[in-house]
Amino acid sequence: MTARISRTSRSAQVAMVIAALGLIVLAAAPWWAGRADLRLLGEIYLYLSLAMLWNLMAGYAGLVSVGQQAYVGFGGYMLFALTMFAGLHPILAILAGGVLAALLSVPIAALIFRLKGAYFAIGTWVMAEVFRLSFAQASSLGGGSGSSLPVDVVKSFAASRSGREALSYWLALGAAVVVIACVYLFLRSNRGLALTAIRDSEVAAAGLGINIWRTKLEVYVVTSAFTAIIGGLIFLQKLRISPDAAFSVNDWTAFVIFIVVIGGIGTLEGPIIGTILFFLLRETLADLGTTYLIVLGLVAIGIMLKAPKGVWGLIRSRFDLELFPLSYRVKSDNSDKGA
Amino acid sequence: MDWISAIVQGTLLGGLYALFAAGLSLIFGVMRLVNIAHGDLIVLAAYMGLSTTVMLGIHPFVALLIVAPAMAGIGYVLQRGILNRTLGDDILPPLLVTFGLSVILQNALLEAYSADPQKMNAGVIETASVPVGGLTLGVLPLLTFAIAVAVIAGLQFIFYRTSLGRAFRATSDNSDIAQLMGLNKAHVFGMAMALALAVTAIAGILLGVRTSFDPSVGGARLIFGFEAVIIGGLGNLWGTLAGGVILGVAQTLGAKIDPGWQLLAGHIAFLVVLAVRPQGLFPRVAH
Repeated sequence: MTARISRTSRSAQVAMVIAALGLIVLAAAPWWAGRADLRLLGEIYLYLSLAMLWNLMAGYAGLVSVGQQAYVGFGGYMLFALTMFAGLHPILAILAGGVLAALLSVPIAALIFRLKGAYFAIGTWVMAEVFRLSFAQASSLGGGSGSSLPVDVVKSFAASRSGREALSYWLALGAAVVVIACVYLFLRSNRGLALTAIRDSEVAAAGLGINIWRTKLEVYVVTSAFTAIIGGLIFLQKLRISPDAAFSVNDWTAFVIFIVVIGGIGTLEGPIIGTILFFLLRETLADLGTTYLIVLGLVAIGIMLKAPKGVWGLIRSRFDLELFPLSYRVKSDNSDKGA
Repeated sequence: MDWISAIVQGTLLGGLYALFAAGLSLIFGVMRLVNIAHGDLIVLAAYMGLSTTVMLGIHPFVALLIVAPAMAGIGYVLQRGILNRTLGDDILPPLLVTFGLSVILQNALLEAYSADPQKMNAGVIETASVPVGGLTLGVLPLLTFAIAVAVIAGLQFIFYRTSLGRAFRATSDNSDIAQLMGLNKAHVFGMAMALALAVTAIAGILLGVRTSFDPSVGGARLIFGFEAVIIGGLGNLWGTLAGGVILGVAQTLGAKIDPGWQLLAGHIAFLVVLAVRPQGLFPRVAH
């Protein structure tokens, strides 16, 4: 009997087939879903993307940020600024916003990487405040009260309202697929291996020759760029931006953290489960207003204390499931009789 | 003269920021815990002060006699009931649990007191002023600064001159050996949080007397306190006061140039310190 090492598993293969079928169904949503449902689904994809990105930073790179709203808002504002003043097509403006965010994130990282652990977290929040206050000063973008996307820009995106809604839906779905695929492929690559090593032990990882600072910087820059792109898509749906909405710590960080913590931090399945649970909770409890947020906070604290690996951690420990084949498994190969 | 006035006002404002920071600095010093809910606890203290003054018809400073012990009690229970379980090598649990706590506090206050801005009435002291060398200084800002100096001197005394302070330092240096020497780590941490929240109560009352507040302002108070800690240097309480003063002066000077620049100038001062002297101006411990 020989043993071989495999990364895939039956559950992962099944999950992949289901995901592919599900994707086809979801891509056809503009033909079968109503306007409100379409909007809700788009929002779900964008939150899923934000959760995936935050999870890559916090769960894998150990960069716990409470300031990702800086990049969400930046991406949103770049959509408005580049379409209004540079005449770019909205999609190009969103992508350019991602590139600019990546460039901007390098000097920011150089500054806030000097803060360790929880102080890093608050440092990112300060950066987000700097962004908010700076954009509130930009009178050409409406200052503190914000501005709406001009009608001709909206028209240049899609002529009809239903066309625009379908297109922004597909963009949100596409963004989620790209983000999940990129995070997955990144974690499967050598760099992902390095990142996982850092997560498990920084000292041991450094001893193996991994450049920890650089690896974290790469994650921060890539995450920032993607987060800005998602931010652009969020405000393409909303068509209106203001500093308080764009750089809201509750909307773009608190909810995202709850999603990841409830689903299972440091796993790829976690953010997906978390997003589904978050929206189920929201759609059922939304009428309760602030009580809903209190419940959410209590659930997150309870999970962090009782089951730090989240809902997916509980499922995984019970059933040994893995939908995204990241770990290596040793399989005994019984078909080989020559042993 | 206007500029000198702005600098003096900023210095006095720095006293309030040092009070925001002192509790944060204390609990980080003792148990390496950064409490994201710190700002919301300051706001909670302000609301408790408001309720006490309204219900009992007493002066806000007298209300402190009730609010400070109450906050200390909350701190002790919070630490022993929840936060002690999160402490360990992993920084994620304390961070995320205090973050959850922050959201809970904010929304619970919103539920109880609504989003309307509130303010405590401290009577004539709010508008009283004294002439000092050509400047007119408010009595309340002066008093705030004096209280900040007294609180920091008091914390310094507790830390270095009392058995409780010895327990704090011992547990901070090596909690395992401190346990062998008969200290109960869980209790010592509880006492540290109780002390920190008693200071928070003072900060909250002074905040509520000085300006209006609503449930959403906690985050900014956390940030100001945090900036004062980092500017001053980790683990140094007098440094924290200096950090608060630098932040306060930067803000009032910024506001002097353009009202929209007040907060931005404070953040920029913080980022400049972080860029040129990341260990802070007066660091005590190396991290």
